[in-house]
Order: sequence, then structure tokens, then C-alpha cells
Amino acid sequence: MNFSVPTEAFIVLSMVLFVLGAMGVMLRKNAIIVFMSVEMMLNAANLAFVAFARQWMHLEGQVFVFFVMTVAAAEVAVGLALIVAIFRNRNSTNIDALHQMEG
Amino acid sequence: MEAYAQLIPLTILIPAIGAFINMWLGAKMGEKLSGYIGIGASVLSFIVSLVIFSYVNGSHGGGVLVDPPLLDGWIAIESIGLNIPWQFRVDALSGSMMLVVTGIGSLIHIYAFGYMHGDPKFSRFFVYLNMFLVFMLVLVTANNFVMMFVGWEGVGLCSFLLIGFWWDKKHGVGWRNSNAARKAVIVNRIGDFGLVISMFLIFWTFGTFDYYRSGETANVAFAKYVHGYAEKHGAEGAEAEAAAAVEAAAAAEAPAHGAETAHGGGDAHGATAGDHGHARPALEQIDNSLFETSQLGVFGQTIRLGELPVGHPDRMIEIGPFTFEFGQVLFLIVFLMLVGVTAKSAQIPLFVWLPDAMAGPTPVSALMHAATMVTAGVFLLIRSNVFLDYAPEASALIAIVGASTALLGGYIGIGQWDIKRVLAYSTVSQLGFMVAAIGLNAYIPAMFHLVTHAIFKACLFLGSGSVIHGVEHGHHHVHAHGHNGHGDEHGHDDHAHADDFDPQDMRNMGGLWKRMPVTFGTYLFATFALAGLFPFSGFWSKDEILVKGWIAGFDKGNPIGFIVLGMLLVAAGFTAFYMWRQIQMVFFGEPRSEAAANAPESVAWMTIPLVVLAFGSLVGGFINMPAPINGVFLPHEFGHLLESLMPSVTAAGFPEFNFPLALLATAVALGAIFFAHSIYAGSKAVRGSGEPTERRDPLTYLPSSRPVWSLANARMYWDEIYFRLFENPYNQMAKWLYRIDWDILHDYFHDTVLYKGYKSVGNLLARGVDVNVIDATVLGVGRLTRAASSRMRTLQTGYVRTYAVGLLLGVVAVVVVMLLPLIQNS
Repeated sequence: MNFSVPTEAFIVLSMVLFVLGAMGVMLRKNAIIVFMSVEMMLNAANLAFVAFARQWMHLEGQVFVFFVMTVAAAEVAVGLALIVAIFRNRNSTNIDALHQMEG
Repeated sequence: MEAYAQLIPLTILIPAIGAFINMWLGAKMGEKLSGYIGIGASVLSFIVSLVIFSYVNGSHGGGVLVDPPLLDGWIAIESIGLNIPWQFRVDALSGSMMLVVTGIGSLIHIYAFGYMHGDPKFSRFFVYLNMFLVFMLVLVTANNFVMMFVGWEGVGLCSFLLIGFWWDKKHGVGWRNSNAARKAVIVNRIGDFGLVISMFLIFWTFGTFDYYRSGETANVAFAKYVHGYAEKHGAEGAEAEAAAAVEAAAAAEAPAHGAETAHGGGDAHGATAGDHGHARPALEQIDNSLFETSQLGVFGQTIRLGELPVGHPDRMIEIGPFTFEFGQVLFLIVFLMLVGVTAKSAQIPLFVWLPDAMAGPTPVSALMHAATMVTAGVFLLIRSNVFLDYAPEASALIAIVGASTALLGGYIGIGQWDIKRVLAYSTVSQLGFMVAAIGLNAYIPAMFHLVTHAIFKACLFLGSGSVIHGVEHGHHHVHAHGHNGHGDEHGHDDHAHADDFDPQDMRNMGGLWKRMPVTFGTYLFATFALAGLFPFSGFWSKDEILVKGWIAGFDKGNPIGFIVLGMLLVAAGFTAFYMWRQIQMVFFGEPRSEAAANAPESVAWMTIPLVVLAFGSLVGGFINMPAPINGVFLPHEFGHLLESLMPSVTAAGFPEFNFPLALLATAVALGAIFFAHSIYAGSKAVRGSGEPTERRDPLTYLPSSRPVWSLANARMYWDEIYFRLFENPYNQMAKWLYRIDWDILHDYFHDTVLYKGYKSVGNLLARGVDVNVIDATVLGVGRLTRAASSRMRTLQTGYVRTYAVGLLLGVVAVVVVMLLPLIQNS
């Protein structure tokens, strides 16, 4: 079987996506954007899983992706509900305004 | 049926249950139910006692030990081999005492139901009455001295509670009542001291407290005779024939009729049973020869040791560093026991509590004087008859003490105004008769007199209670005009009025025979019995005692016999005299107060027991007649029953009826009655005018008789002498000790030494140690924690991104740590 796209390319893409996600989580103020960035990091990991699975012809990588997607879906359900609750309370989704836990 | 004897725990359990029910629920149940439970418990116990007595009667005195369940090894110290079981003994003595206690006790319960009507502490009264029965039954049914002592102290406790029952009466009466109760306890404490030491000596000497051991025969000669082993039953003549009739009757019964030993061996001994046609126990089973001396009970051991010659090594008793001869030890035992008896059975010198005990409700007086409490001492001496047989010096002392008490009680009785006080001194006197008889080794007459006295004295006390009750109601009737004093609800508590009316003072009475015919009739019967007139019960029992004195004096030449006989005859004269004086004062002449003129007859609850007891006073003597009553009683039936416990009685035989002596005693009694009648008859009984309590006794009008009467009226100054000798010095000592306590102990030791010392030590600890060391340490830890945490808390910014960075850095660090070895290795 001939690999048209080498595995390195997938890994690089995955790294780029991950770094973008991480920067988003750390730098953005809008909670929904932060949330999306988290999703992006998860999907970057998924991409790496799939790429390595194709590289080594192992099914575990593929299976893991399903787990990650399931967890992500659950996380979305809880996270979005939290965000909606926060928005109802404060009329904004600015997470920097939420620093009551400051010591 | 020997199985009947096993019922004995029930007699005690039933009144105990009655007392417990009334204790927990009595206040809520109301008067009627509570009274029924009290009466029911007592009557049931009497029925059980009757069943047990039927066994005792059918088996020549029984003599069975009963171990109740769960109480084996009641007091046990295994390391020294001490084992005191809670063990009952069913025999002639305990059986007849049980009948007296529960029978007369039941009648008194019934009477109290009427007498205590309306009292706010009604149910509590029945608790105490039932408890009294319980402890008295424990006392009489015990098979060892320790268990007996439990009952002994229990009746002391109950007497305290009952004498002071009306401690809450107003106007200082309650104070007098509780003082009387305390007096009873304190005087009895002195006696208990003697009894306890006596018990210690018994244990030291015999190594056991048990009266008898299982299978032991109390009276070997008697048991031999009953089972047909004896050749000749003492020198009894006609008596032996009568006893042979007893034997014939026994032989006709079932073969396994259980005398003392039947339960020891159920197997038939064919070898010895031959000529009799039924299985009789082997000789060695009834003559105690199977026992070592140390295996016997205290009385069996006493007989063994007593038969040894003086100075035999076995008779040497080591007590601590000293060695005593057995006779000396026995004298000490009996003497110290006598100390206990003088307190409980009101003998010189400790009788002073008994007249004061009249402060209790009248049923209590009846119970204490007739059935329980004071008979305990006499019972103990009769139970210990074997000790007395071998301690002749102590017996002589007992005889003198008893005879003097009889004389003293009788003498003081002639000078009292209080209707119950006369009876109290009469009891003292009659107990003196019993103790004197015991001192002459006449145990059966003593027990016989105990039984008859219990009946007629109960009747007299209940009768006096009826009179007091009637006079109180009459007083109410007069003071609450138009108000029926008898029907309405008021307890005796209300009777203590602000005015000084004393319903017990015979000067306030008179002419009551018309108002209270039943009380009068029964009182007269009991008076005749007490005075010893033919054919009332007191005649027979008193005569037996006098005959024993006669025999001791004339036949054996014992001077004690003459002394006792003379003193008792004079005492019998006093008895008849004061009783006839009382009858005249209370029932004849004109009523001396409005209350007496309006006194109603008592209710049926009270009169029925009176009638029963009056009947008993008439026929009670028939149980122990010197001649047979055809078809009903054999001669000395009661005596032959008791004989099973008394070896000396079998040896001495029963006295014959002494006609001259009986005539003399009757003449003394009738003469005293005649003499009293000539002085006190009718309205002459109390002379003078004015208030009843200011009137005087006819004897005080003669210069020659005035000091005699005054001395009796002042109770021979016994209380005053005790006050001078003991109470005053005691109070002086108390004052002195009080000063020591307050001035030295309080002012110096407490205020100076203890208070100041404590304060300075406390200061040192509080300022120096607590503040500077402990507080500083604890507070320092707190401050350190606070300082550290105030820095650390700033790490917590609250911004999500800070945490995200931290998380990321952490992940990077972990990855680096994981990858570093790989990089280095490659």
C-alpha cells in the first residue's frame, strides 16, 4: 500500500492544532472561545492517534479516538450548561470577570 | 408430702411481689386495689404456709432443707472454703412461726384496710406491711445465721419505716414519731452489735453458719423413737403412750413418710425394716453417725463437743492468739446473742424503744408486738436451744433477765395513761415470760406462749386501735357539727388537731362498751387470755412456764427456778391488775369526753379480724394441752412437734399438769382483778374534776400508794437514766467536738493551711506555667501558620488562565521527565 501523505505531516498538523488550542485557552477571554480551543486540543490529539494508528496498522488508536470523542461530547454538555448558567447570572461570558476564588 | 416443703420460697415470694406491685403502681391504683393486693399477698402466703405446715405436722416435725433455684452459693468465698447458701429449713419451728407470721399478719392486713382508710400514704403502708412479712419469713425460715440476720435487719428496717410512718404530721407530732423510729433503730443497733459478734464467734468455733446439714437429725433420741428404735422414751409414763399413738398413726401412713432423714436415703433397708412391715431408715441414717463432727451444722457440733469431757483437745477453740474452752466460748456466744435479743425482743436493758414504738399506726403496733419483730429474739433463742442446753450459766442469766423484764413491764404497765402504752409494757412483760422460760430450758412453753400471746396481743392491739379510731371519729363528730365524721374522706393525718385532744389517752374515754360492743367483747376475751384465766389460751401457756419454774425450783433445787417462779407470779398479778384497770377506764363508767360519748363502732373490715382473734384467744391453748382433747388434739401435740428440734426436751420429758400451781396462778390473777375492780370499778377509774387530762389515778389519793404509782407512771425513770448516762454526755461530747471542728479544723486548717496553700500553688500554675509556657506554645503555632498562609494564598489568583498555564507547565514537566531518559539513552 502506498502512503500518499506521510505520517510526519499529520503529526505536524496535530502539533500546530494543539498549540493553537493551548494558546486559545490561555489567551482568550470569551468562555465559548476557550471552550472551542479545548475542543481543538482534543481533536489535535485525535488526529495524532489516528495518524499513528495508520502508521502502525493498530486498531487501538482508532478505538481511543472514539473514547476521546465520547468524553468530549459529555464535556461539551456539562461545559455549555455551565456557561449558560454563568451567562444568565452575569450577562457576559468573560472568564476574567470570574475570579472570586482569588486568594 | 415432702414436695409441699419445696413450696417454701413461695411464701416469701408472694408478699414480695405484693410489695413490689404496690411500690410501683400503688399510688395510681387507688386505695381499694392496692389494699386488695396487699391483703391477697398476705393471705396467699398464709395458705402456702398452711400447706407446708400440713407436711411438717404429718412427718413429726419435717426437717427438710430447701435450696431455692438460682441462689446456691449465695455468699461464697472459695479460697477459704466459705459457702453460705440461701437455704430454707422446713421444720416444726419455722413451720409454726410461718403460720403465726402470715396468719396474724393477714388478719392485721385486713384490719389495716379499714383502719388506714383515707390515709394519703395508704398504698405505701401496705408496701411496708408486706415487706415486714417478707423479712420476718426470711428470718424464721433461714437455715443459717447469716440469712437469719438478713431478716433480722429487714424487720428492723421495716419497723423504722412503720414506726415513723406519720413523720409528716403537723404540730410537732411528726417529729415525735420520727424520733421514736430513730430510737428503735439506734437501740436495735446496740443489740445487733452483740448478735454480729456472736455470729463471728459461731463461725470461728464451728466453721459454718448452718443450723443443720442435709440429712442431719436434730433430735436423735426423738427420731429413734419415731422410727421404732428406742427402747423407752424417757421417763414419761402416760406421755409415752400418747407418743406411741403418734407413732401408730405414722405407721399407717405411706411408707416413705419423711421425717428428718427420709430424704437422705430413699432406698429401702430391708435388713432393718423387717419387723415393721414398711421401709424405715437405717439407724445410722438417723443417729448422725455417718457425719464427721465438722460436717454437722452448728447444733450437731455443739452436741458432739458438749458430750466430750471438759478439757478434751477437741473442745479447745483457738480464737486469734487465745485458746478457749468450748464452754467458755459457748457462754460468750449465748451471752452476745442475748444482747441482740434484749434489743429485738425488748428485754432489760434495751426495752426502751418498744413503748415509744407506739407512735406508729396501730396495725403496725399489732404486727410488731404480736406476729413479727419482737418475737424474732425469742425465736432465735428457741432456735439456738442446743447452745443454751450446754451453756447453763448463760441460761441462768437469760432466765433472770427475762423474769426481771416481766416484773418491770408489768409494774410500769399499772401507771400508764396511754391505752397503747399499757399494752406495750404488757408486751415487754410477756416477752419477759418467754425469755425467762427459755432461760429455764423450757423452750416448748416459751414457743407455746409466743403463739398464744401473738393471738391475744394482736387482738388487744387491734382492739385498742378500734377504740382510738372510734374516739377520733367521735371527736370529729363533735367538732364538725352536723357532719357525719365516719363517712367522709379524711385520713389520720387530719386528726392531729391544733387542740390538745389525745385520742389515745384513757382519761378521754369511758363508757365505750355501749358504743362499741364488738370491740368491747373481743377486748374482754383477749384480756382474760392475757390475765391467764381458765380456759383462755394464756392460762395454758403461762401455766406451762410456771410449772417449769416450779420443777426447776422444787424438783431440781435450782434457786433460779424459785426466783423466776416468784417474779413471774408477781408479774402475772400485775398483768391482771393493769388489764382490768384498762378495761374499767376504757369501757366502763361515764364517758369522760364528748368524743367518747359519740364514738362509733368500727367498720366490719376492722371488727371481723377482732372476732377471729378473740376466738383464737379462747381456743388457742388447745394446741398444747396437758391432757388430750378427744378426737382433735393429743396431749402436748404442739410440744411433740417442736420436740423434733430439742434434744433436751426428750431427755427431760414433758411436765405434768400441776394443779396447786394452776390454782395459785388463777388465784393471783383473780385476786389482782378483784383488787383492781375495787379501786377502778366504773366511774371511780379516773378521779377529780376539770379537764380529763387533769384528772388523777385513784392510787394517787393514798399517800402510801402514791409513790408506787408515780414511779410506774414515770416509767421508773429508765429513759431519764439513759438520758443522763448516755445522751447528755454524748451531747456534751458532740458540742466539744463541734468546737474542735469549727475552731481548729475550719478556722485554722481549712482557712489557713488548705485555702492559702491551695491559692498560692494555683497562682504559680496559672501565671507561671499556664500563661508563659503552655499558652505561648499554642499561640506560637497559630501565629506561624497564619504568617505562612498569608503568603501562600496569593498563588490563588482566581483567573482560569493562570491555572491553565500551570497545568500546561506541569504536563510539559512530566513529558520532559518521561522523555529525558529516552533522549539520553539514544
